[in-house]
Amino acid sequence: MAGIVGYGAYIPRKRITTDEIAHQWGKDPAVIQRGLLLKEKSVPGFDEDTITISVAAGRSAIDRANVDPQKIGALYIGSESHPYAVKPSGTVAAEAMGIGPEVHIADFEFACKAGTEAMFVALGLVESGRVEYAMGIGADTSQGAPDDALEFSASAGGAAYIFGKDKLIADVLETYSYTSDTPDFWRREGEFYPRHGGRYTGEPAYFTHVLSASQAILDKTGLKADDFAYAVFHMPNGKFPLTAGKKLGFKEEQLKTGWLVHTMGNTYSGSSPTGLAAILDVAKPGDLILLTSFGSGAGSDSFVLKATDRLPEVQGLAPTVRSMLDGPRQYLTYGEYAKFREKIIVND
Amino acid sequence: MREVAIVGAGMTRFGELWKYSLRDMFVEAASGALQDAGADRLDSMYVGCMSGGQFVGQEHLGPLMADHLGMAGVAATHVESACASGGVALRQAFMEVASGMSDVVLAAGIEKMNDGADVTNVLATAADQETEVYYGVTFPGLYAMIARAHMEEYGTTEEDLAWVAVKNHKQGALNEKAQFPREVTLEEVMNSSIVSAPLRLLHCSPVTDGAAAVLLCPLDMAKEFTDAPVKIVGSGMATGSMALADREDPAFLDSVEKSGAQAYKMAGIGPRDVNVAEVHDCFTIAEICCTEALGFVEKGKGGPAAKEGFTALGGCIPVNTSGGLKSKGHPVGATGIAQTIEIFRQLRGEAGARQVENARIGLAQNMGGSGASSVVHIFEGV
Repeated sequence: MAGIVGYGAYIPRKRITTDEIAHQWGKDPAVIQRGLLLKEKSVPGFDEDTITISVAAGRSAIDRANVDPQKIGALYIGSESHPYAVKPSGTVAAEAMGIGPEVHIADFEFACKAGTEAMFVALGLVESGRVEYAMGIGADTSQGAPDDALEFSASAGGAAYIFGKDKLIADVLETYSYTSDTPDFWRREGEFYPRHGGRYTGEPAYFTHVLSASQAILDKTGLKADDFAYAVFHMPNGKFPLTAGKKLGFKEEQLKTGWLVHTMGNTYSGSSPTGLAAILDVAKPGDLILLTSFGSGAGSDSFVLKATDRLPEVQGLAPTVRSMLDGPRQYLTYGEYAKFREKIIVND
Repeated sequence: MREVAIVGAGMTRFGELWKYSLRDMFVEAASGALQDAGADRLDSMYVGCMSGGQFVGQEHLGPLMADHLGMAGVAATHVESACASGGVALRQAFMEVASGMSDVVLAAGIEKMNDGADVTNVLATAADQETEVYYGVTFPGLYAMIARAHMEEYGTTEEDLAWVAVKNHKQGALNEKAQFPREVTLEEVMNSSIVSAPLRLLHCSPVTDGAAAVLLCPLDMAKEFTDAPVKIVGSGMATGSMALADREDPAFLDSVEKSGAQAYKMAGIGPRDVNVAEVHDCFTIAEICCTEALGFVEKGKGGPAAKEGFTALGGCIPVNTSGGLKSKGHPVGATGIAQTIEIFRQLRGEAGARQVENARIGLAQNMGGSGASSVVHIFEGV
């Protein structure tokens, strides 16, 4: 059986609060906090992008897996903020991590689902025996237009997973994908900010796909919500994943560990993978975990995982998600945020 | 004039109907009305719709809808009077049957609002572009000013407004077609987000997709279609100043009073004879102003009517038993016909848990803009 042999996450230290953004645009912070359940979000520094986040998360994954990077035969990075339109993020990240040149690399994009997409393909290659180890990463420095609802959530971070066949820390018991042509959110070539269909992103997009994929994987495995210790769903805002979880029968105790969006924001392709990393940081052997991502356009990937006896041995080998979320932070004013997100036009 | 009856009704569920297009909704409602009456022919049809052009880029709705109903060939006319488009479609159909020009006529209303359009801006085209919208006002802003004027003049309170939402949601909770069929508490309304002070989120009707249709014919032909026809005994329509600032009294809706007076006169009744009414509560303050202008309560006394139960189910004159625009939803062009269907059901004793006992005479009032147009119909069970 194939599964996860190592994982790691990375969240930048800079933060901006919902209050700060709301005040900038003359909105009532209490209304935003109540409506979206967002307190603050991470912001990338000038020297942080999808590649650096991938490398930071990937190195932690290698440390926990304790595998020779040269044995990693495939590397996939899912993101909607690859620094280059043409030139792979994966090649830079691989070289920095000591992976390759005997390696298959591709950059993935499927809105916020690209991270689990990379994980899904990496798992498949390991299961088939084509490669011994494969790494799948979801990372983003998410874009959200100024004065758009997305500005309160779009944040930076990511997580990396190495899949293999022995010394597993979590078995992958089942996967399921649910996809349809649903144009709820998009960014066209050359456009700086994504556009979205407002409330259309909810019921017909997020909920239809997340609930369909999750219910199907429960049916496929014969498991019930009660059987799981944890569940994590893509987190475009605070409310959606909690609503989806409750509709599926999950309780707050099962949802709260992976629910990072309140202080992390939506790290797009990194969102549910980072939620899973926070769960693996604390899960106990035998714990069942449900992961369901969502990417606009639209689709969801579901994974049912089971923590192994080995997991506690590797949890302390790299920084935990909570240590990065709750550890040292630098709070930005909106002006500083605008500078770091390169929203201020300056001469070259 | 011939006596006219409604002999069939059909409507979609109201809500965010993402999987339904404008034409899908029309066909469901219109074929529902035809089936309800067992009718297989139409002489003519009217389609009330505020802005297919701006919401979904589609005009020329008469032939489009006739075609998709499988009725290409019949006369079909699109009518527009902003949010009163449905009520005006009914009035046109009524006049065509009453005049003897046609026998079997469909009056429909539709609106597809959830399809990516900037709804607030589209709706604002029903206000005066040159003297109102140019300066940035939107409909919540205009009705907020009406509310301020009413509070200033008559001492109406924010709690009075909130009770209208509480009452209509309580009634809408009994309507399976409603967009928000659930009750809300006074506290929830009073603590909901400010949209345009003093109006809060739960003082405002929602953005809705939906369609509704009724089938009309001469009363003496009605038994061919149903054992329980409902007569249209009064119809009135009036206009008022387009811009709120041009009105002598911004807290009073002249067009509603005038359209009501015409309908009462034609029906030969007064407000006290009405057993059940649907009025245009696009915002909670609008229900208060409409009940005053229609004479259900004295001018300036509409504020406490909901709280005191005067306009609630079981009260003296139950208003918006369907949940009103507030709870049932407000697909603008469809609203006038949906109101008519509620009265049709009430007068036939088919309103289930929200049935008004012994309802014999009902009234529907549908309004465009901030009250620049209003249309009132009075119905009587047979």
